[in-house]
Amino acid sequence: MTTLRLRVAAAFAITACLVAGCSSSSDSGDTGGEAGGTYTIWDPYPQFDGSSDWVKLLTRCGTDAGVTVERTGYDTTDLTSKALLAAQQGNSPDVLIVDNPVVSTLADAGVLTTTDELKVDTSAIEPNLLAAGQIGGEAYGIPIGANTLALYYNKAVLDKAGVDPAAIKDWAALTAALEKVKASGKKGITFSAIGTEEGSFQFLPWFWGSGANLTQLDSAQGIAALELWNGWVKSGYAPNSVLNNTQTTSWQEFATGDFAFSENGTWQLANAKKTGFEYGIIPIPSQAGGTAPAPTGGEFVTAPVQAETGRYAVTEKLIGCLTSADNAYTTDTTLSYIAATEAVQQKQVAANEELKVWVDAVKAAKGRTSDDLGTKYPKISQPMWTAFQTALSGSASPADALKTAQTTAAAATK
Amino acid sequence: MAHDVMTRVPASAPADVGARSPRRRKGRHWTAWAFLAPVVVYLVAFYAYPLYRNLDLSLRHYTVRSFVQGDAPFSGLDNYRTVFADPTFGPALLHTLVFTFVSIAFQFAIGLALAVFFAQNFRLSATLRALFLVPWLLPLIVSASTWTWMLNSDSGIVNTALELIHVDPVNWLTSPDWALTSVIIANIWIGIPFNLVVLYSGLQAIPADVYEAAAIDGATGWQRFWRITFPLLRPVSAITLLLGLVYTLKVFDIIWIMTKGGPADASTTFATWSYRLSFGNLLPEFGPGAAVGNLLIIMALFFGLLYIRFQRRQA
Repeated sequence: MTTLRLRVAAAFAITACLVAGCSSSSDSGDTGGEAGGTYTIWDPYPQFDGSSDWVKLLTRCGTDAGVTVERTGYDTTDLTSKALLAAQQGNSPDVLIVDNPVVSTLADAGVLTTTDELKVDTSAIEPNLLAAGQIGGEAYGIPIGANTLALYYNKAVLDKAGVDPAAIKDWAALTAALEKVKASGKKGITFSAIGTEEGSFQFLPWFWGSGANLTQLDSAQGIAALELWNGWVKSGYAPNSVLNNTQTTSWQEFATGDFAFSENGTWQLANAKKTGFEYGIIPIPSQAGGTAPAPTGGEFVTAPVQAETGRYAVTEKLIGCLTSADNAYTTDTTLSYIAATEAVQQKQVAANEELKVWVDAVKAAKGRTSDDLGTKYPKISQPMWTAFQTALSGSASPADALKTAQTTAAAATK
Repeated sequence: MAHDVMTRVPASAPADVGARSPRRRKGRHWTAWAFLAPVVVYLVAFYAYPLYRNLDLSLRHYTVRSFVQGDAPFSGLDNYRTVFADPTFGPALLHTLVFTFVSIAFQFAIGLALAVFFAQNFRLSATLRALFLVPWLLPLIVSASTWTWMLNSDSGIVNTALELIHVDPVNWLTSPDWALTSVIIANIWIGIPFNLVVLYSGLQAIPADVYEAAAIDGATGWQRFWRITFPLLRPVSAITLLLGLVYTLKVFDIIWIMTKGGPADASTTFATWSYRLSFGNLLPEFGPGAAVGNLLIIMALFFGLLYIRFQRRQA
């Protein structure tokens, strides 16, 4: 009998190990940041090492504030759980730079201090950018810069099809342009409709551009937006692979030179120069005409709650230094972001005329968690991406797919 | 891959000390525990505690706030009820079972056929056998990404080949009818080497004189396979199938890289669903995520017990 029990235990351990991947639980590391004069900063830019302008700036800001800065760069997808775990263990960093839709989640968890509590000045920041980190009238961080989506176009492809990109001001004109491109033997547009947050990010300019609101996914406007995408895929203006495209793979498709348009972000500017063909950028049009509000990307500088509130004074200095006009200019140039203040935006355009279209796009942009949606946004975003996946793969009509999504979202955000 | 982590708890040394003095016996007792300590600590730290935590997670109502403050209220089986009532539950269960059993059936059949083939030891057989191991040696991210490119609707090599023989292209990864099939095909390809290697080594253990005797009695190749190879390979087959089952149940990376469980839920299994609940969203739902993970463990445990029963019957 004992042997049987042992065997059962062994089998249990083995199967459990195989299923759970033998993962260990959270590490209860040392309490960093407790040492006097050392302040910790976490950022989602692991691509920058000690020799980069970014890390040099962090060090200099620390020196100016009279403290030593200890910086760690994490992969952006890791940073949310790392920050939550650190808060659970009571060893949060002093400054946390984190993707903007995560701010409301962390604020909801009680991890972040408000900018009022920290006495950080936010008056110069563009209100539409600041809104992504605002819940119930309180701001929980400062945007370090922003990026958003626009349409890159391939000049040669459009010339061949006889399309003037400057004339594309609404959806009808864009669809007509795609039709001409297809008739000329090239491919129309590529985007990312993958079933993750990335897909929702790409769908939002069209969704908002129709006048739809996230609190009512299945409104007539919302359905019109999904029908636009659906029509493109069904008519062959957009490839079927959009369903599985990330923004990177969608860019790779555009980089082949076969596509007229690609819906992509500010961060691809450097790659655009490497494609070897002439490109241009237009804002994403709204249904009725004009620039559609695209979602904002980019990080917020936040200050996690500390047991020793005396640390906030230095933290405030560090944040002030990082977001000051001169430093923001350097940082945003390094990250290929658009600044969060009008003054720095003008400086960026003066230095590089090409950024004008992006500054306009950022001005029209909107935070995903804005409109006081906060932590409700993720619960709406998931049904939304399920809806466009269902519709584009032909399992349901856009109207039915969005109706199901609205039911799910309403139940989840109740 | 974790196929080779089969470790058994060593049975404690027999305590038949009989006529020895009680003090001496007590000393031995402590020594025994000292020897056992490393494995006990290891099991508790890496198996028992994570399992307990996962169970605890699944029985509490976690929000991000209560995760940080550690005061999540006990909610009984609420998370399990949420999971059972979710519209994803039915399809995910079906996909998990189809994915597991279809993968195993093909992996085992092809693996066994190849093992028997290579057991003949012809020229170059060692080289060819080594080539079959390639899928096993490649990191999953590499093989899954390669499959993704090959199965791309518009520029994939598979559709290009289909076009050459005048077959309509298939939306392998983006059609709800094909997505699950595509990930199963990729998984079968990845799983064949494991079956091949284990079954091949099992074949080596079958004594050659049995075959000689059968040959003298005039058994055909087919008869030799069904009457000798297959029955004598049964214990090895059983462990291969068990490990394959447990391993395939929890396959996550291939599906996540190739389809993210999509389009919509068309290729979602329990493993990808559990991940999506816990980490695939801006707002993690640890409770239901842990509940789905526990359902997977129970399924694996069920097959583990089935194996033990089978083994006892054999003995």
